[in-house]
Parts: sequence; C-alpha cells; structure tokens
Amino acid sequence: MAVEGVDPEVAECDVRTDEILINMGPQHPSTHGVLRVVLRTDGEVVLEATPHIGYLHRCAEKIGENVSPRQWIPYTDRMDYLAGMNMNLGWSLCVEKLLKLEVPEKARHLRVIIVELNRIASHLVAAGTYGLDLGSFTPFMYAFREREKIYDLFELVCGARLTYSYITIGGAMADFPSGWLEKCEKFLNEFEPVVDELHALLTDNTIFIRRTAGIGVLPAEVAIDYGCTGPVLRGSGVAWDLRRDGDPWYTRMYEGYEFHVIAQTNGRYPVERPGHPVPKAAVLGDCWHRYYVRMLECVESMRLIRQGMEKYSRAKGGIGEPIKLMQKLPKGEVYLETEAPKGQMGFMIVSDGAAIPWRARARSSSFCNLSVLSELCRGCLIADVPAILGSLDIVLGEIDR
Amino acid sequence: MEFSEIAKLVAERFGERVVGVVAEAIDPWIEVLPEAVAEVARFLRDEPRLRFDFLHCITGVDYLQTDPKRKIEGQPRIELIYHLESMVHRHRLVLKTILPRWKDGVEGQLPEVPSVCSVWSTANWHEREVYDLMGVRFLGHPRLERILCPEDWEGHPLRKDYVMPLEYQGIRGR
Repeated sequence: MAVEGVDPEVAECDVRTDEILINMGPQHPSTHGVLRVVLRTDGEVVLEATPHIGYLHRCAEKIGENVSPRQWIPYTDRMDYLAGMNMNLGWSLCVEKLLKLEVPEKARHLRVIIVELNRIASHLVAAGTYGLDLGSFTPFMYAFREREKIYDLFELVCGARLTYSYITIGGAMADFPSGWLEKCEKFLNEFEPVVDELHALLTDNTIFIRRTAGIGVLPAEVAIDYGCTGPVLRGSGVAWDLRRDGDPWYTRMYEGYEFHVIAQTNGRYPVERPGHPVPKAAVLGDCWHRYYVRMLECVESMRLIRQGMEKYSRAKGGIGEPIKLMQKLPKGEVYLETEAPKGQMGFMIVSDGAAIPWRARARSSSFCNLSVLSELCRGCLIADVPAILGSLDIVLGEIDR
Repeated sequence: MEFSEIAKLVAERFGERVVGVVAEAIDPWIEVLPEAVAEVARFLRDEPRLRFDFLHCITGVDYLQTDPKRKIEGQPRIELIYHLESMVHRHRLVLKTILPRWKDGVEGQLPEVPSVCSVWSTANWHEREVYDLMGVRFLGHPRLERILCPEDWEGHPLRKDYVMPLEYQGIRGR
C-alpha cells in the first residue's frame, strides 16, 4: 500500500517496528552504580538515552555548610570513592588557597606520590570493569590484583583502604611509615610488566577493538561544549591536563616534575608502544581512545611517583601541621579545580569569616562527563550502550554527591 | 588576557548592565544584571579576543541571615556564579549575577534568570541542579526539571531557610 509522501520502494523496505522504552538500571551491573538510563529503542537501535541520576544524593554540599572545612574532608572522599585521595587533595588545596597556606616541600612530594598512586588505582578499576562490561573477565582480575596492592600501601599510611581522609588542609595526617618507600618501589617494579599484560589482554585484543573502536565518537568541540574533562576530553585529542594547564596554586605542586599530557595530537600519542600502533578502526574520540588514554596515563603516573619518591627522600623538614579543626577562615570566595582521575574536580568555598564556610560547592567531573551520554548514544546499538558508558568511567557517588 | 582587559572589554560592550568589577578578590569577578546574563555569555564565548569556550560550573549561593551570630552583608539575595575558562587563550573569568530571593518579593515565586544552555551545553545539567537545590528558574531552559532530588520533592534544600521535611512518601525523616 502506498504511503503518501514516501518513496514506495523505501516504504516497502522499511522495517521500522514500534518504539520501546527500556529501563537500564538503577540496578544494572554495567551502569557502574545506581544510574538509571531510559532507552527509547527502535529494534536494536537506540534513538534516545536519558540518564536519570540522584539515587545516591547525600546533600554533601548542605553538610559542607554546616561543618568546618577539616570536618568536611571525610565527606569529600566519599564522593569519588575510587579516588578518595584526589578528592581530599582538591578540597584541601581549595581551602589552602583561601588561607594562602603553602605546604612544606616534603608534603608537596608526598601528595604527588599518593594522588598518582590513587590515579593508577582508579584507572585500573576503569580498565578492569570496562573489560567486564564487554564480556571479558580476566583483565578485571589482573587489574584488581594490582589495585589491592595499592590499597595495601594506603592502608599502611593511613589505616583505611577506601575512604582515607589522609591528605588534609595544611599537609597530610601522618608521614609515610618507615620502609614504605621501598614497598612502593617494589609495587612499581611489579606493576610495570602488568601494564603490558593488560595491553595484551585488552588493548590489542581483536574482540575488544571491534567492540570499542569507532563506537561513541565524541568530537573535541562537543566534548568542550559539554564540559567533559579528564581522559574523556583527552581521548578526543585535546591536550588539556590541569597538572600542566591549571591554576598556579595547583600546578606548583607538580613543579619540577616531568610528564606527558596523554592525548593524540597530529595523529600520534606522546608515548608510543613500539610494535603496537593504534588500530586502524579506531577513530579519535571513540571508546577505544578514551580507554587507551587511561592506560597510558598509568605509565605516566608511575613516572611521576618515581620522581616524587626521589624528591621526597631528598626534601628536608617535616610534612606540615594540619590546621586547627575549628580555625577561623578569612573572608572570600575561592574556586579551584584539580585533575582527578575521572576529570577536573572543582571545589568552591565561600567564607564569611567564620570557622564554618557559608557555602561549600563541589563541581563533579563525572556529572559533566555523563551529561554527554545522550549525545553519544543517539543511533547506536543497545549493546554499545554499556561500552560507551564504561568508557566514560563515571562514579555515581561523585555525580550525586 | 589579564582580568582588567577582559573587564574593560565587557564594560565597553555592555555599559550600565555591568554592575560591578571586583579585581582585588582571589578570583576576580564581573557582576552583571540578571537579564543580561545570556547576552554577556554569548559575547564572552564568541568575541575572538575572549573565546570563553569552557564553562566549569554554575554555583548558587543563598544569602539569608538565619543565625543571629552570623550577619550577612547587604540585602538577602541569591548569587549565581559562573566559572569560565578559555582553552584557546588560557584565561579564566568569574561571572556573577545577583537575584532576589523571591521574584517580586512574593514568597514561593522563584527568581528568574535567562538560561545559558544555548551557549554552553554544560549549563543544561548545572542549571537543573541549581534549580533543584537552590530554587532559581532559568528562562529558556529546554527541560527544567529536578535532577538530584525526586520529582515530587518540596522546597530547595540549599536555601538557608529550608526546613527538612518530617516525612516523605511514608518515610520518616529526622
């Protein structure tokens, strides 16, 4: 039967079915937490993906304006609980910027070592669970075995394995215990070959490449427009890393350190693996590149930790004193962003001169990274949704705060 | 570009709609009238010398005295703070606008400000968050709904006079 206004040939071949709404989550294993995505599908094709968030909202900002900055630190590491150290650092630096308080040289290097270790741990979770999302179980075990070792190291410095509250305003809660640096060195030596194993298991795996290359392509302009940061932005070929390009108050922490900003510019990565070129099917900005940036960043973080350990052992003096629990804050408004593993984590403090801030604000990186999901999923297949979601590497604790 | 030059460019273009320039703050800011926000935002993004292509975040701050020991300066108000950055020119800017706590002083009427969604897509979710938690209506937003709280939640939790409900859907609070 002829349909008006439609080419009869097209109408005949049209296999459109009814649109169906599918609820993915909030308890779906591949949504990485309590995220609900409503998919409007036509057969296997996703026409629209709408993320619904808020299942883990704990009013962190409201709590922040009822407790003093040091008391809020335990709440910050429950935001991105896979990178608690980086969250502690972000808030500490923000308050230090308001107080104009500089930490001693030794504490600076201590912080670099700790946050870079946590970056590796976070990227390992990202890579491991990404394999899991795509149906490969082995890399997950390899990644988590190494992550456990990092958590053992953290346990030695602060007693906690997940929520540390270790880095604090004015330095850190304690110095490294004796013999810790040797243990850290041992871990790095063990971890180095594991990176190659993970590359062999995932990065160069044909099935993995076919599941990720060319899927969910995020052009650089769109990434910037949506406020995407971290590996998501760098995976689109924008060489932007706050450790190098950020606020001077933050970049001075990395002064004297050498590292590459991992992003493919002019067709090549600053670090290359000999004999393993970028697969031909991969398009800049796709899932594969986002994953690859994280893997290369692990190696860069190792370099930073090695430099940090050397600088730390040469630095004289102590690691500084944390400020008093109820110390009065100067009046002012300060915003500071740091490069957390998942992107730029921003903290803002508005102070009216009392010990308790007037307003505490957390700008979450995963929040912005997730907002681009509906853009990426338009027109993809249902099976690609976990692949795209996993490549964004979100943590719901940070999105919902 | 230095802050003073940026402030001068904006002031030249928008004249009296730029209400204040505070250069001595730790993060210097420009304050504009609420109705000019979207226009200023578009200018900041498109002007070749400025090119603020990246919106970090939108923050709402409620100024209302609820504790007799903590006095606020000036009138009760809501401040909206936009943190911007130019990845091209590598400079930053803080844009501020001040709204009344209630539109026309009628309690329950949310204050209004033009949306900057069409300028930066980041604003889409951030404006929803500010609407949800702070109670500011963004005019021209494509889908201004609550984002963190449930749809049927009452009140805006980050307001200073917010009272935690005693009960929600049969679940006891407090």
